[in-house]
Amino acid sequence: MGLRCGTFRENYAQDMAIFRTRLHWGVLFAFLIFLFTCPLFFSDRILTVMTMIGIAIISVHGLNILTGYCGQISIGHVGFMAVGAYTSAILTAKLGWSFWPALPCAGLVAGIAGLIFGLPSLKIKGFYLIMATIAAHFIIIWLILQLYNVTGGPDGLAVLKPKIGSFALNSKASYFYLVMAIACLATSLAINIVRTRAGRAFVAIRDNDLAAEVMGINLWSYKLQAFFIGCVYAGVAGALLVHYYGFASVDQFPFMDSVWYLGMLIVGGMGSTAGAIFGAVSLKLLDELVTIVGPVLSKIVAAQAAASLALITRGLVIILFLIFEPRGLGHRWGMIKAYFRLWPFSHEE
Amino acid sequence: METDRPVKLWIDNLLLSFGGVSALIDVSMNIRDNEILAIIGPNGAGKTALLNCINGFYKPQKGEIYYDGQRITRMRPDKLAKLGIARTFQNIELYAGLSTQDNIMAARHVLMRQNFVTGALFFGWAQKEEIEHRQTVEEIIDLLEIAPIRKKIVGLLPYGMRKRVELARALALEPKILLLDEPMAGMNLEEKEDITRFIIDVFEGQGATYPNTPVLRDGISCIILVEHDMGVVMDIADRIVVLDFGRKIAEGTPAEISTNPEVISAYLGKEK
Repeated sequence: MGLRCGTFRENYAQDMAIFRTRLHWGVLFAFLIFLFTCPLFFSDRILTVMTMIGIAIISVHGLNILTGYCGQISIGHVGFMAVGAYTSAILTAKLGWSFWPALPCAGLVAGIAGLIFGLPSLKIKGFYLIMATIAAHFIIIWLILQLYNVTGGPDGLAVLKPKIGSFALNSKASYFYLVMAIACLATSLAINIVRTRAGRAFVAIRDNDLAAEVMGINLWSYKLQAFFIGCVYAGVAGALLVHYYGFASVDQFPFMDSVWYLGMLIVGGMGSTAGAIFGAVSLKLLDELVTIVGPVLSKIVAAQAAASLALITRGLVIILFLIFEPRGLGHRWGMIKAYFRLWPFSHEE
Repeated sequence: METDRPVKLWIDNLLLSFGGVSALIDVSMNIRDNEILAIIGPNGAGKTALLNCINGFYKPQKGEIYYDGQRITRMRPDKLAKLGIARTFQNIELYAGLSTQDNIMAARHVLMRQNFVTGALFFGWAQKEEIEHRQTVEEIIDLLEIAPIRKKIVGLLPYGMRKRVELARALALEPKILLLDEPMAGMNLEEKEDITRFIIDVFEGQGATYPNTPVLRDGISCIILVEHDMGVVMDIADRIVVLDFGRKIAEGTPAEISTNPEVISAYLGKEK
């Protein structure tokens, strides 16, 4: 990763900085201004889509730290979102807590659930860990259904929208602000985690767990830390999801969504924070595209085929990415940036 | 043989077997302070198995290993790393997805204090610590002459360079004992000469050249070298231990070993 010619780094702090040049800062501020003025230009429909993308980004960041960086493949991610969702739902609806302390608690409880279901990772890896995390999903959903005194079981649980003072975040725009603020915070925390001590330990475990142990990394502790962090993100995302709907139900957390979150990670690029964002945005937008194209298509081809269009396209996109760009959009983005940095006179470094 | 140097690592009657196959049989040796000890022997003699016992990969069935008087047999590898035992591997075992610089930074892990919470906040404590350790890492990069590949992903580097990065990573742990498992394997003459020079530089210490990095300033006083290249071993080792089929068959200075009839028949071969 280079910088434009003529950008000199004079100390290590500058070398580590993410936003170095005026262009970087300019792009950052332009993006933030655009993001937080969106409700002024866009309809509620588009804001809803963006809110859902924001929630997906938070969740995929967690999965990225756990799977992309630490290499512990989890297909139980939505289960941990459900833990966070129900924690927040119970705290606010049953115990009368405010949303604001309930949200971090949701993350924390999901993180603790992650620690428990992460324990198998100390002994098993790869395919077997995948099976264990799938089991985690079904155990969590089963528990939620069984504990109907607290969770409402199959009937679900009605929750209130968050309030600031007496102002409830009822409108699409107000909830959009909430989700985007948290998504931005989650992104910056994720970037910082992966570029410091813990993040390097995660990648060390992913790339070579034997060498990692010889180099003094406690595998036991760091695998569990990855599970904890990943599931905290999931829990926060899950809580945001149910408060958006005003209702918590196990139907909001289908098993297949875990697979799609992994798909977002593949499309975006595992082990890249930008990739997590690209993946969440592109697969969510693809869904929207399908819902627009689907009805049109159903007039041409059989209605059943059109109804499965979403599944088919999502599956197809993931397969194509695995074949043609297994390192994902994040990697492609890096290459485009590198190209323009050196343009028009590229040279081999 | 000099006996005035204090014993750093004491290996006592080590027995290691996998099922019916014995990898090490009653192996005992002392590794003293201020020496490079070479372990030689034919393939399958148990050289790497011995290193694996020292740094905790293998749990020997019998026997003990003491480091500075402390029993370290069957300790976990990460705890041994904290005590100051670092190694390189016969087949390079780097973190392929990280850059050279991050591979070396990753080895500073045991010397750093921050956790994922301070890391997530970054500014303040974590940044200060990162910069502090980055300085040491840069000095190691400087000594091993790998500055041009500092930001390159190690998975894409040529073999010789990756070997060198692995040595850098081991140094970054600031070990008291350094285990080198065939550092010259698969290298051409020039690369061998480079690595040999680095090993000697590291052993002797660089004094005032790197005043702020203790590991480079004072050197690593205890190096265990497993190597097949007899020229290198005879040149730089202070003492040599010869293993054959899991047993120690000889121990002594390079001069003693090169004339030992048992070693010649088992490993070195006769000159015509």
